[in-house]
Amino acid sequence: MSAPIIEVRIPTILRPYTNSEKVVSAEATNLAELISALDRKFTGLGERLLENGELRRFINIYINDEDVRFMGSLAATLKAGDSVTILPAVAGGC
Amino acid sequence: MTLYITAAHVEAILEQSRAQYPDECCGVILGPEGSDSAQVLKPMVNAAHSPTFYEFDSKDLLALYRQVEDDSQEIVVVYHSHTETEAYPSRTDISYASEPGAHYVLVSTRKEIAPENEFRSYRIIDGVVTEEDVEIVTRIGD
Repeated sequence: MSAPIIEVRIPTILRPYTNSEKVVSAEATNLAELISALDRKFTGLGERLLENGELRRFINIYINDEDVRFMGSLAATLKAGDSVTILPAVAGGC
Repeated sequence: MTLYITAAHVEAILEQSRAQYPDECCGVILGPEGSDSAQVLKPMVNAAHSPTFYEFDSKDLLALYRQVEDDSQEIVVVYHSHTETEAYPSRTDISYASEPGAHYVLVSTRKEIAPENEFRSYRIIDGVVTEEDVEIVTRIGD
């Protein structure tokens, strides 16, 4: 059975990697696979999401309405119909 | 470049920074998509609850972006306070600035150097900070 096609919503700041597309898609059964698939399609995108093989601390990724940090992070499973949203954190400090 | 903002919003943000001291306060002002018009003030919870850091809770952040998209809005202003330092973007502020179209407003609650309650606005694009004028208007959007 082939991997499900997952819809991914891209934040403004990452759209230069996706030819300005707001919504893209890729086939994957879990988040790690999804990020690899996206990086193959959109060169450089993977590096904005991962650092040393882990999800970057200030990038939030959601599967439907859940933050993937509560779903196993890169191991979070994906099924047909899931929608993934990427949002950079709004954060800062002095 | 200029940030146009109402006196009521300026006062509300300064008041929020005083009320949440000693933690940093934060929030956004929304407006119609493409308008660059700061109309709807939306204070946000600082999930870091820290005097030196702020972060929107990840669930709040998702809800905010969903609302903005559903209502065809945009984030016009992202604001936060510096509790004891100057109202100028720090290296952390610059590295996490991820809304290239937004006006980044900084307020400071530091009292030892005049003027009290600084309110300043900046554009932060590709790591470059440019301060802009703040023009107080009596009303905004029509």
